[in-house]
Amino acid sequence: MSRVDNYPVTQQPVSAIGASSASSRLIANLRNEEWRWSAVTLVVLVVGAFVMALPFLWLLSSSLKLERMIFIFPPQWIPNPVRFQNYVDALTYKPFGTYIANTLWIVLLNEIAIVGSASFCAYGFARIRFPGRDAWFGIVLATMMVPYFVLMIPQFVIFSRLGWTDSYLPLTVPFFFGGGAFNIFLLRQFFRTLPPELADAARIDGCDEFGIYWRIFMPLAKPALITVGIFTFLNGWNDFIGPLLYINSPDKFTVAIGLATFRSIMRTRWDLLMAASTAMILPVLVLFFFAQRYFIQGIVLSGLKG
Amino acid sequence: MTVRLWFNPLRPKTELQRRTVTGYLFIAPFILGFLLWFLIPALTAIWLTFTDWNLIRAPRFVGVDNITQLGKDPLFLQSLKVTTIFTLFSVPVSLVASFILALLMDTKVRGIGVFRTIYYLPSIVPAVASAVLWAWIFNTDFGLANVALRWLGLPKIQWLQSPDWALPALIVMSLWGLGASMVIYLAGLQGIPDVFYEAAEIDGAGRWAKLWNVTIPLLSPVIFFNLIIGIIGTFQVFTAGYLITDGGPQNSTLFYVLYLYRNAFEFLRMGYSAALAWVLFFVIMALTLFVFKYVGGMVHYEDT
Repeated sequence: MSRVDNYPVTQQPVSAIGASSASSRLIANLRNEEWRWSAVTLVVLVVGAFVMALPFLWLLSSSLKLERMIFIFPPQWIPNPVRFQNYVDALTYKPFGTYIANTLWIVLLNEIAIVGSASFCAYGFARIRFPGRDAWFGIVLATMMVPYFVLMIPQFVIFSRLGWTDSYLPLTVPFFFGGGAFNIFLLRQFFRTLPPELADAARIDGCDEFGIYWRIFMPLAKPALITVGIFTFLNGWNDFIGPLLYINSPDKFTVAIGLATFRSIMRTRWDLLMAASTAMILPVLVLFFFAQRYFIQGIVLSGLKG
Repeated sequence: MTVRLWFNPLRPKTELQRRTVTGYLFIAPFILGFLLWFLIPALTAIWLTFTDWNLIRAPRFVGVDNITQLGKDPLFLQSLKVTTIFTLFSVPVSLVASFILALLMDTKVRGIGVFRTIYYLPSIVPAVASAVLWAWIFNTDFGLANVALRWLGLPKIQWLQSPDWALPALIVMSLWGLGASMVIYLAGLQGIPDVFYEAAEIDGAGRWAKLWNVTIPLLSPVIFFNLIIGIIGTFQVFTAGYLITDGGPQNSTLFYVLYLYRNAFEFLRMGYSAALAWVLFFVIMALTLFVFKYVGGMVHYEDT
């Protein structure tokens, strides 16, 4: 709609053709209108961005305040004094170091499981033609539509029967089996964009199917694999319901469970709660800034190309 | 073409048989996972629905009791109501607002990336951290929400303590995450070739005509995608209701999946919660089909 950068009509050098005064007035109006639109756009975007950023500023500001400075209305936006000690207090009151290590361990296992097995299955769906393939791919898509909460209870029953509760097994083992329908789907979409001639050439050279997958397609799929890896990290780091169901021992807590527990103890210590929340959000933001283009690629691959 | 279905997979004779064996080897992890973590749980869920089981005593067959009980359970109806209201407000507002934002941001002006980042970031904030943050924002005496009301010259609201305001508060919170659908729109907008706009301009189309006749029809599959994803997402809101309000006050934020969770893991009524899970499944299925039927007809797909 507002392709303000193009100025499709207005930048034509109309006067060179000999514009009448009427048409040049029209051009001036158009120019004016373009300008007005850009101004309105900018104002809306700036106000919106301010509203979106406000909770972040509030979070940061609260996390750096003295406890008593938190309870002032209207609030001080710039903390005075600035108290970095909140972060130390919050992260040592509960063993957040252990929680972080636990979460990273789960995430690492998930990365291996998901990147490995989803790419493996995706290659089969994308690059090998065999009877029943499309039916199975239909099942992949169908399982994507089924909400987590529908199978949560029977899965819990099964995992507790297996004696897997209070361990990381329910949070990691299932991912070794296909790595999630969504990831298979995403990587299959990517594999299909690669030229099939690559495989033919390798086949002539005597490379078997696994070799083609591992030595040719995997290196080429690096951008898509990084995308999957990033979303795997986010899901593992952010997951709350999984550890809530399966983890009981405090020494096995993840960051999400740790923060939720911290919240139930520290009802009104908002300074420390905000510091701990900032600490949980920070890795996600850092990851985003370093890997922006992979986020966008994930979106493009997932929804928009048949 | 005749396909010989039965052959020794260890000794494939033809090219087709060879491909069949390798193909199934490649997708074997998924097939196994599908059986173990999907099909068996689904069958277990059917069985659970007809039993009374608290995880400790032996399960007891009770027929359709769990299902008939649903209609007599006021909390079940309350949780459906809460979730429906949440969806009815959160999804359309987020759908329209993120669409407008994407339209405004679909320019190549320098510095626009900063805006994209600011709008997108909230949608990747971990749910637990977000819940703790918003609990503080909606604090009656010192929270940001009431600071904002004060700027506007409005009186304080007891957001999370009031049965009338707790759900609206969580709806506002959910809108903070609209950046997720915004970037999906943006990706879609950037996929629309400029020639369509140029052709429309030659035909004398103005700004609104281009929006109605080019952008919206070409983007309708994306709008449709965001609508369905939005509905499925809002029917599974758990963390906010669990951590911020614990379903209260007076069950005004008793989200459906929160009630399901409580039945399973607090009241230990596995059978009844399995019945609740099936209702969730059918509600989402029905909504998706409804959207497909009545909105899907308006979706324009490119013939490519």
